[in-house]
Amino acid sequence: MAKEAPVLEAIDQTAPAGHSSGPGVVYEWLSTVDHKKIGIMYIVYALIFLVLAGAQALLMRIQLAVPNNHFVTPQVFNRLFTMHGSTMVFFVGIPILFGFGNYLIPLMIGARDMAFPRLNAFSFWISAFGGILLYLSYFAGSGLYGAGSAPDVGWFAYAPLTAKVFSPGHSTDYWTLSILMSGIGTTGTAINIVATVICMRCKGMTMTRLPLFVWLLLVASCMVFVAVSPLTAAQIMLTLDRYLGSHFFDTQAGGSAVLWMHFFWIFGHPEVYILVLPAFAFINEIVPVFSRKAIFGYPAMVAASVGIGFISLSVWAHHMFTVGMGPAGNTFFVFSTMVVSVPTGIKMFNWLATIWGGKVRFRTPMMFAVGFLFQFLIAGLTGIMLSAAPFDWQLSASYFVVAHFHYVLVGAILFALFAAFYYWYPKMTGRMMSETLGKWHFWFFIIGFHLTFDFMHIPGLLGMPRRIYTYEAGRGWEYWNLIVGIGALVQTIGTLIFVYNLVHSYFRGKIAGPDPWDAWTLEWSTASPPPLYNFAVEPTVGSRRPLWDLKHPEDPDSSYE
Amino acid sequence: MMQTPVTVPVSVDSETPWVLPNRGIVGMWCLIAAEAAIFLIFVVAYIYYLGKSLTGPLPSQILELPIVGTICLLSSSLTVHAAVSALRKGKVQRCTLALAVTVLLGAAFLWTTAAEWHHLIYEEGFTIRTNLFGTTYYSLVGLHASHVVVGLLFLTAAFLFSVSGRVGEVHAERLEVLSLYWHFVDAVWVVVFLVVYVLGR
Repeated sequence: MAKEAPVLEAIDQTAPAGHSSGPGVVYEWLSTVDHKKIGIMYIVYALIFLVLAGAQALLMRIQLAVPNNHFVTPQVFNRLFTMHGSTMVFFVGIPILFGFGNYLIPLMIGARDMAFPRLNAFSFWISAFGGILLYLSYFAGSGLYGAGSAPDVGWFAYAPLTAKVFSPGHSTDYWTLSILMSGIGTTGTAINIVATVICMRCKGMTMTRLPLFVWLLLVASCMVFVAVSPLTAAQIMLTLDRYLGSHFFDTQAGGSAVLWMHFFWIFGHPEVYILVLPAFAFINEIVPVFSRKAIFGYPAMVAASVGIGFISLSVWAHHMFTVGMGPAGNTFFVFSTMVVSVPTGIKMFNWLATIWGGKVRFRTPMMFAVGFLFQFLIAGLTGIMLSAAPFDWQLSASYFVVAHFHYVLVGAILFALFAAFYYWYPKMTGRMMSETLGKWHFWFFIIGFHLTFDFMHIPGLLGMPRRIYTYEAGRGWEYWNLIVGIGALVQTIGTLIFVYNLVHSYFRGKIAGPDPWDAWTLEWSTASPPPLYNFAVEPTVGSRRPLWDLKHPEDPDSSYE
Repeated sequence: MMQTPVTVPVSVDSETPWVLPNRGIVGMWCLIAAEAAIFLIFVVAYIYYLGKSLTGPLPSQILELPIVGTICLLSSSLTVHAAVSALRKGKVQRCTLALAVTVLLGAAFLWTTAAEWHHLIYEEGFTIRTNLFGTTYYSLVGLHASHVVVGLLFLTAAFLFSVSGRVGEVHAERLEVLSLYWHFVDAVWVVVFLVVYVLGR
């Protein structure tokens, strides 16, 4: 199809001319409804929170590095782990992934913007204000009466600790309201992504030709509707409890603390998949391009993603095996949790089969992608261990669990995110990130990661509970915690190299050109960075790899599909 | 670095029409899915706490069937549908009339809810703090009523545009998006009615 088509220049040379400066630039960014600018704002805002929450993690690791330590006070420690968890999930994970989605989806499906550009800006700003509100609690958490205090109820804020009696002051309200705002923003963006993917595709971009990146964000967005809404509902209930004196989670009046756990984890576990599906999405694009092969098993990948979406809605209570749900409940959630590993395993094998026999180019994005594959496998295996209820009874709320989910969130999702940064940075800025610095970043980070999170499993097995402030010497935990702390420092160095690389390459990086990786999806067909309107002429697509067709008119994909 | 032309293929043949769904309608269905999940959680909480109140009053002692309000709200679904189909045929006057009736019916429903709450609060002394029944009753019915308020605001705006002659056949799809939301609010009421006033009593 593309063979006979005439070809038009996509770059309008007048595009970059309209740059304003000074206050004009600020106004331009504050008032923009352009999906690319909003995407970049999402990413930058998430990066700022990533550094903040990372610093909080470092403080906690310093506190725990040696026994009987008093580096911070117990109250500060409680606030640290609450803010670290809440920030990382709601103000780093979701915005950074939706930032990439915002930026890339219209480009990948050949559209000029999202379906609802103004809703897009609204969603971004309400999420951003949510994050700012959460950190405002440091100054205003006790109202006008005294010094501020951040929330200290833990990121899943179990009842009845969140009741007014046990958490006086306003810090818990800051937490509730900021999560509520973030939820509204997330739902808005998810609506936007689904409407964009369904209604804005360019000619020929059928659902079976969508890049897998777009498919996975579509599935993740659909999950947002059914997963984030329960959290919104639960936060409304908690606010009613705290302000109007209702009794949803008030155990004194017959309310149920377990109901909050159910409502929270109905959100909480699908949320993990909402975060990990976009990470899969990055890997789906990066692995084929750097293996020089088309993705193996496209239909199986789509089916597995949709399967994960459905199954993950029925696994939440594996966070609650120790509550005492009875054999029937436990058995159901053991089974459903184990079943979710089947579609995930399909994805794993498909990625390996894509690399198999390929001409692998080990550039920085691919190195992070391979790190992802390895670590995601281990994270999945410890997940299967924990899905067995009797095993979970032993290790629930221990450092083993903490190590497991950080293996997913850092080892898999953050590695995929770093890969995405190195891969799409040239598209967003027009310049390459430094390969040398990228490799330093990779090696520091992967060594630090394994020092921290491999060895974190062991104190968990030895009985160290999560969220403890300090511990006595002689329990066999001290050396492991010291290694974990050293690993955290090494990761910090890696992250600093990464941040330096981001800034340095913006000014000094090699000019990238439109298609530095010789890739195949539509975003590489336009200039880097793309002009405001993305494509001068709306493209037409004849296969899953439109740019391959264009570069190889003698053997286009469209003749095989 | 590969040298690739920055090019996009442009199709010459346009014999196959490329039709995609209306983004407003898709977006509204997504919003409905998200809202339905919120309501589902409140309904689950209502059912879970049925009969678990430690003190009275019980639903059977103070709740009455809101027959008039229910009839008003459900028939407003018909009138908003009439407004959309009238606009599709270009009959703006009939559309304006149907919208006006819809707004009145919706307002009548809100009035019955307000009267019910006034009775419960001031005559029965039954509030959200009284017991678990009060907690779940006021939050579920209140959540629904707040959605009715939002719908009424938009319907009133549509009516004002329509009466000032700014609405034409081209806006039929937009009005359909709004009517979808209104149908959803009605459908939720059917669930709330069954759970609170039939099953719960």
